[in-house]
Amino acid sequence: MADLIATSFHPVRVHVREDAEAWKRLGLELGVQWTPTVLILDSAGVERHRIEGFLPADDFLAQVSLGLAKAAFSRSDFADAEQRYRAIVDAYPNTESAAEALYWAGVSKYKATNDPTALQDTARAFGERYQESSWAKKSSVWRG
Amino acid sequence: MPVSHEISWSRNYDRAKQEAAADKKPLLLDFTAAPM
Repeated sequence: MADLIATSFHPVRVHVREDAEAWKRLGLELGVQWTPTVLILDSAGVERHRIEGFLPADDFLAQVSLGLAKAAFSRSDFADAEQRYRAIVDAYPNTESAAEALYWAGVSKYKATNDPTALQDTARAFGERYQESSWAKKSSVWRG
Repeated sequence: MPVSHEISWSRNYDRAKQEAAADKKPLLLDFTAAPM
């Protein structure tokens, strides 16, 4: 976990008591009202992902990885985003993040290629896994 | 052997934001009440 955070981000910690001024200011500025909360912001400072509450290690890593994939998507680096989303499905298949990652992997591929079969293939993949997820429902309109 | 990294947490959001703008790396902000 430390490696992922240390190598992929500028990590900033705000402690509610030790950094009381920053907590007050940034809490208001970024709408944070509860701890633990982890925000992933792109390099322009725009929030791309939010994790509120404690998560076990694998779930947390999957969520942080989602944030990195969303940051790649936001800068229109769709090939990198797709790779990152698929890596989440492969590495953390039993987390809640996996279904979301599978959905956005398909969207990223479509955005990179403009090929609608990327969406149809994603809808078919949801026929085999994560059928009960909201992401499976969202992908259902892509079935050819 | 893989290299293991320690997290070097900044406590200065404004400076980290400037660094992120310069090198295009995203920011991770950890709001916590846990004992340090």
